[in-house]
Amino acid sequence: MHRIFSQWASPVHFYRLTGRMIPWLWAATLLLLAVGLFGGLVLAPPDYQQGEAYRIIFVHVPSAWMAMFVYMSMAVSAAISLIWRIKLADIWAKVSAPLGASFTALALLTGSLWGKPMWGTWWVWDARITSVVILLFLYIGYMALRAAIEDRRTASRASAILILVGVVNVPIIHYSVIWWNTLHQGPTITRLDAPAIHVSMLIPLLVMALAFMLYYLTVGLMRARSEVLDQERNSRWVTELVREEAR
Amino acid sequence: MSEFLAMGGYAFYVWTSFGAVLLVMLVNALEAARHHRQLRRRLERSQRRDSEQSARQAVHQTTLQRRG
Repeated sequence: MHRIFSQWASPVHFYRLTGRMIPWLWAATLLLLAVGLFGGLVLAPPDYQQGEAYRIIFVHVPSAWMAMFVYMSMAVSAAISLIWRIKLADIWAKVSAPLGASFTALALLTGSLWGKPMWGTWWVWDARITSVVILLFLYIGYMALRAAIEDRRTASRASAILILVGVVNVPIIHYSVIWWNTLHQGPTITRLDAPAIHVSMLIPLLVMALAFMLYYLTVGLMRARSEVLDQERNSRWVTELVREEAR
Repeated sequence: MSEFLAMGGYAFYVWTSFGAVLLVMLVNALEAARHHRQLRRRLERSQRRDSEQSARQAVHQTTLQRRG
């Protein structure tokens, strides 16, 4: 098992394989995004309470889910890179950070744009919103820490520890709307009984979420390829690859 | 169509949300592609420099040998 993994995680193999995968991943991402947008903006009926404004859900909720998902994916990568010293795991954590920060900022922005017409305010310091702001600071702190430490191995280890400590924030975000009496509404989709949303709205929402997930994978792999190439710049396969392409 | 764009009076909130999300996603993707292109070019240049340098050294060495 470990042998198969380390073979797959070998830089050359990773670079070649992802190079072939990325065009297909882009096709799938764009297709799902188009379907999700059409379903959310055109096919889904207006909400009986919020009218058309509720449509922000189709970008707000996937962004917020991704904000947490990317963080957990970074935490798993950070743990793997700490324990088994697998370079690719460290690279994945590194390239995920700006994407996670983007999704977190988008969740806050779209939440604000939704809050103004529905709650009558752009911003409140309630438990949900505050814990997401902390998540954004964790991402920014991670990137700043990596940038500040010169030595690559020290940087990866220190930043991995920061990410792992910050994991406590993720359940806080999830349960914040249950533990505290917040202005933010409770969970709609991830309830134990049936989701409190009609299927005509649920399907575009899930399609958008899947599109965001694929987008993260695609752009993450693009960035990871660059990172692999840069770190392996003096190895033979990179020299050969560059020479081949230059011809 | 104009009814669709009006979003029941919530046009500003809805379209700013969707616009911002798609813009940030686009910028991230373009930035990743640009970074990769630049890296490839940088690697190519440094490799060319290295091979030119070793070629010069080889020429230098043969002249020394001939003189010697």
